[in-house]
Amino acid sequence: MKNWLILLAGTGVLALLPLLGDNYLMRLATMVAMYVILAQSWNFIGGLAGYPSFATAGFFGLGAYTSAVLQGMGVPLFASWGAGGLAAVIFSALVGGAILHLRGHYFAIASLVTVEVLREIVNTTPDITGGGMGLNLPIMRMTVAEHATFFFYSMLAVAFACMACAIVVHKSKLGFALRCIQQNEDAANILGVNAYLYKTIGFGFSAVFAGIAGAIYASWVHYIEPPDVFDVLISVKPLVMVLLGGLGTIFGPVIGAFILLTFEEFVWRTFLTVHAAALGVIIVALVLFLPNGVLSLTREKLGLRRRAAGEKR
Amino acid sequence: MIYFQVLANGLILGGLYACIAVGFSLVWGVLNVINILHGTFVVLGAYVAWFAYAYFGIHPFVSVVIAGAILYVIGHAIQAGLINRVIAAPVLITLTLTFGLDLMLNNAMLVAFTADYRQVNLANPLPAIIIGPVFLPGDRVAAMVLAFLLTGLLWRTLRDSKIGRAIVAVRMDREAAALMGVPVARINAITFGIGALMAGAAGALLSIVYPISPINAPIFLGKAFIVCVIGGLGSVPGAMVGGIALGVVEAFGAFWFGPEHALTISFGLLLLLLFVRPGGILGKKGYE
Repeated sequence: MKNWLILLAGTGVLALLPLLGDNYLMRLATMVAMYVILAQSWNFIGGLAGYPSFATAGFFGLGAYTSAVLQGMGVPLFASWGAGGLAAVIFSALVGGAILHLRGHYFAIASLVTVEVLREIVNTTPDITGGGMGLNLPIMRMTVAEHATFFFYSMLAVAFACMACAIVVHKSKLGFALRCIQQNEDAANILGVNAYLYKTIGFGFSAVFAGIAGAIYASWVHYIEPPDVFDVLISVKPLVMVLLGGLGTIFGPVIGAFILLTFEEFVWRTFLTVHAAALGVIIVALVLFLPNGVLSLTREKLGLRRRAAGEKR
Repeated sequence: MIYFQVLANGLILGGLYACIAVGFSLVWGVLNVINILHGTFVVLGAYVAWFAYAYFGIHPFVSVVIAGAILYVIGHAIQAGLINRVIAAPVLITLTLTFGLDLMLNNAMLVAFTADYRQVNLANPLPAIIIGPVFLPGDRVAAMVLAFLLTGLLWRTLRDSKIGRAIVAVRMDREAAALMGVPVARINAITFGIGALMAGAAGALLSIVYPISPINAPIFLGKAFIVCVIGGLGSVPGAMVGGIALGVVEAFGAFWFGPEHALTISFGLLLLLLFVRPGGILGKKGYE
């Protein structure tokens, strides 16, 4: 119940943002929403089930290209976005069936390779996808402010749906099964958890929202090319955000998304040539000093306080 | 017979791939760390060779030693100072750490050396070797022979030296090795250093074959991955077999389907192998 209240309050406050009328702020807020979607998507498979997936960029790019190609064929906007999500889910089911039996490093690499394969397929089919030349999307007839507001609300709506889904999954049998798999997959299997099925469902959840986010992103920026939407950083940033906020938590990915975007924006503005190195510095510092995320700090404090109170009694 | 020529090209490429992959395989097998830095290490070795040739006229085959030494020091320092702190953490943590380090090192190289492609153009190239219909560029053949020699040297080191046996012991059972008096943290650092050394040496050899640029690093990393999966993880002969197999497959793939599909073919092969035989062709437990 508390989670729902936090989610509704947070989304409500963000939804008031267009009243300020600042298009730059709107762009940042749209990015935050997109990062929340990507981070929460990764959290389904990476945080809950403990499977280090690097396939997020694949789902994102597949969603972007599916919707862009369909829009080029005259499919309406919202239907093409839905199709982007659907394509990502179907792809995740096919690929998941093949690679979810791998564990640890092997799964990480196999998921990374699926992204490379998708990128190569797009690169080598220029008739459909434009290949390395990229693909232009139909430009929408609306003012700059309308454009910014429309995409902000679209992205926010998907982020809300994704978060709502996360709250439901965390409480559900699926979330419980995924956590069991993370702790000890063999034991979970013996106790009757159909690990393969639940992993595949978790992988599907991590695909659908990332696919839709990719589709919206494509319409938002009007032009996509393979190195842009199949960028390995799109796979890595969600992982960094979730680590920042806290693995397997509901609001950790949101906190991580805010921190990462704020940091990125600051670095982009001040030191453009070394922004990749700056991201590297955060990652290294994070892994060495704060492996359980920012939320773990507050939790530790609360835990200590509770323990102290208990001793008094 | 054009096929002999394609086969010869594949073998030359394969020797270099084996040399790139063997250090990566060692680190993965012994430390259970996927070293994302590996591709950048290879490129750094190639830069050492380029600068040594451009400024001091040192032949890349000689600067293999210099590149190896420099990279060993860097690798040893990174493992001893940073990765050893989280070596017992889950897979995701060490992988993420090396990824972050790679972003830093690669970006630093991009700023220092720019993304422009450079190549070592030898003033006195070795003469080509012509056997019947097969034409072999002399320098590439020499690079391949050196790559095999280096890989063989590593294999003998692991089998016959005290350090090598200690590395194998840590690979087989970390706790037991520690109980037998093996200084595990130091062996970790030495292993990572050797992995970096092999990457640097491979990079110096590659500098006469491939154009050099920091943006090529992921390509070498990808090759190392694929070779490890094909050949089986954590064995020198596995990396040799995997490297040669990948070189030959790529050469024939490029010949039959066109060079633009070579990458797709090798990645397709990788996914297939992961599915049917994740242990690799020569995969077995234990490092030998």
